[in-house]
Amino acid sequence: MAENRTGLIVSSAPHVVNPVDTTSIMRDVIIALIPALIVSIYVFGFRALALTLVNVAACVIFEWAFQKFMHRKQTIGDLSAALTGLILALNMPSTFPFWMAIVGDFIAIVIVKQLFGGLGENFANPAIVARIALFVGFATAMTNWQVTSKMDPAIVAAAGDAMTGATPLALYAKGAELPSTMSMFLGTINGSMGEVSAIALIIGGIYLLIRKVITWEIPVSFIAVVAILSAAFGRDPLFDILAGGVMLGAIFMATDYVTSPINPAGKLIFGAGCGAMTMLIRQFGAYPEGVSFAILLMNVLTPHIDNWTRSKLNGVDNKGGAK
Amino acid sequence: MSSGKHLKGIHVDHCKNTAGQAIIPMTLPEKVFIPMSQHIGAPCQPVVAVGDHVKVGQLIGDNAAPMCAPIHSSVSGEVVAIEKFMTSFGRVDTNVIIQVDGKQEIAETVKPPVVTDKASFLAAVRASGLVGLGGASFPTHIKYNPANPDAVDTLVVNGAECEPYITVDHMTMVAHAKEIVEGCKNIMKYLNLKKTIIGIESNKPDAIKAFNDILSGESDISVFELRQVYPQGAERVIIYECTGRHLIAGKLPADVGVIVSNCTTVLKLQEFLATGMPLVNKSLTVDGNIVAKPQNVEVPLGTKVHDVIEFCGGLTGEAGKILFGGPMMGKALPSDDFAVTKGNNAILCFDKDFAQQHEETACISCGRCVRGCPMNLMPAKLSRAYKHKDVELLNKYNVMSCMDCGCCAYSCPARKQLNFEIKQAKGLVMAANAAAKAKAEAKAAKEAAAKEGGNN
Ligand code: SF4
Ligand code: SF4
Repeated sequence: MAENRTGLIVSSAPHVVNPVDTTSIMRDVIIALIPALIVSIYVFGFRALALTLVNVAACVIFEWAFQKFMHRKQTIGDLSAALTGLILALNMPSTFPFWMAIVGDFIAIVIVKQLFGGLGENFANPAIVARIALFVGFATAMTNWQVTSKMDPAIVAAAGDAMTGATPLALYAKGAELPSTMSMFLGTINGSMGEVSAIALIIGGIYLLIRKVITWEIPVSFIAVVAILSAAFGRDPLFDILAGGVMLGAIFMATDYVTSPINPAGKLIFGAGCGAMTMLIRQFGAYPEGVSFAILLMNVLTPHIDNWTRSKLNGVDNKGGAK
Repeated sequence: MSSGKHLKGIHVDHCKNTAGQAIIPMTLPEKVFIPMSQHIGAPCQPVVAVGDHVKVGQLIGDNAAPMCAPIHSSVSGEVVAIEKFMTSFGRVDTNVIIQVDGKQEIAETVKPPVVTDKASFLAAVRASGLVGLGGASFPTHIKYNPANPDAVDTLVVNGAECEPYITVDHMTMVAHAKEIVEGCKNIMKYLNLKKTIIGIESNKPDAIKAFNDILSGESDISVFELRQVYPQGAERVIIYECTGRHLIAGKLPADVGVIVSNCTTVLKLQEFLATGMPLVNKSLTVDGNIVAKPQNVEVPLGTKVHDVIEFCGGLTGEAGKILFGGPMMGKALPSDDFAVTKGNNAILCFDKDFAQQHEETACISCGRCVRGCPMNLMPAKLSRAYKHKDVELLNKYNVMSCMDCGCCAYSCPARKQLNFEIKQAKGLVMAANAAAKAKAEAKAAKEAAAKEGGNN
């Protein structure tokens, strides 16, 4: 008779897990951003790629160095720092100086993410806060919108002989001639590197929906409210959805798990709030664009939205009585 | 029930490798080790002594406490020892160890019970030694005797078998649909129930067909096809799916008018009514990635896991983890030196690769645990509240409603052991409640004493 088998692994159930883990989720989001990155390289040239690589490298190195210095467990393998670098890069103009970008990466990774306790503990989206900080600190460099020959004639004409020029939203604010809807859809306009191509971002968004990385509530409510308010303000809804950071923000930044509500109802409120704030800033604010501020504001409200939209027990009404 | 609404759950690979394999009886082991505690409630006291000769079906352990189910010998042979041992849950229990003589003589006491009314029916259920065979091991005669019998109208037969790998209930239903239906009729008759709903997951079309073939013309017994979503077999889930009634934590199925029994429990009951043979064998699925011959076997209660594995050809690799039960809710055994009891329905053996534990990382608030929870809880919030030992917050997020199904931990990309933490959190809340109660009582006693003092 064979020996008894002893010393087996005793752990709590369940003994199987879904193969999806944090790293695979981050990898999926990175994959989903690749179409947008490709369009930006096509439209803005090779520097778009260089700037992206600088951001990604800086974010990963900052995270590694901080954890090394603080004797914390290394988490760069979860790809979240790389993703933050990628998203932040896509929020910059292609002309943005490398050293300023690195300052932004420091803000995102060290100040917003790690000093609050690392992934999962940050109350605001690191890339959003860094973008706003850069926008406030380096206003000129952050609005130095490169114009290239690949772009829509309206943009090129508005820029004249200059290498840079106003974005569609700025043109709109001035009442100037606007690029065609098709150009805005495809991405042959100027702006932040990752914002320009709606189609590339939508492809990425569909990938994320299919992979069940994100759910529909935030992007749909965000974009829908932008369109509705745009129409209400007598603007062009299609233009407002395609211009600026709405697509990038709605699909990739507002959907950041850590800083958005957990329940579907909360997500709808959150997305709608982002859309509303965006349009209020565009219509009445001092800036032509308001996506980042809108998301940051809603990030701050997230804990409250989570509390309002707490799950109810099955078969129990809101007051705790049986149905 | 077709409200169109469902409780949440998760999709897990079925891995039902043994589906279609009829249940074969195992060759007798040399010895069986029959624990005296195989149910929720008071453990049995041995009623045999070392040196006694016992036969199959003979009573070997019982207890007069109400919450108890008697235990019978699964073999014929000689009682060679009665000794204490440590269960896989770390509790001390008593084993009646019987040297098997291989004759399998049937005890003289084994004869069909005389059942004429509810009282004699319940006595028969108790005498059968039956407990909930789906894993809960709650004595069946208690379950069938609710405090509010007039409010109970429905029998739900649990044929979901939603755990991956396990196929014994499936095979049992295919082979014994007729007996199960007869069992349902007896239960309905003596407990005065109006209808029976047999819930079966849609991945067992042959079981569903086996029932439908004999149920045409029956109006009060029907099959309900459950979705292939784990955990359809959880009591609260199957009640809701089959009847539309919500079972709230802390309530009993009878409170919503339902009695739930596993399909194998019903079959064993029917067999007892027909033959008088109590529960002495249990069918198991033996599977996992290193079992040489995965199959469904019927084993005498008290057979060591080790012997069952050897019967199935041994293992093809080094064992990393051996489970009693399925991978979602099963219990990992420290060794294969444990005996099969009434509540077991599978032995699954896996190698070290499969058993490897995943490192836990930070919660990223992705909401997957929330989306998967059938009880509509927020496991991520409970985990956080438990971390801060915040009893108030745990209650606010309904910690006591967790049924430990594991959907949350299965879905968590941060590999957090959510249901384990929530189980600990429940302990914390119960301790806090007990402390609060003790404090209130002490205060009341003190006030009473002070009042008395004032009167003097
Ligand atoms: S599934 Fe895990 S990571 Fe996601 S919210 Fe729940 S606990 Fe957090
Ligand atoms: S174990 Fe508890 S919290 Fe987790 S999914 Fe099941 S019922 Fe919900």
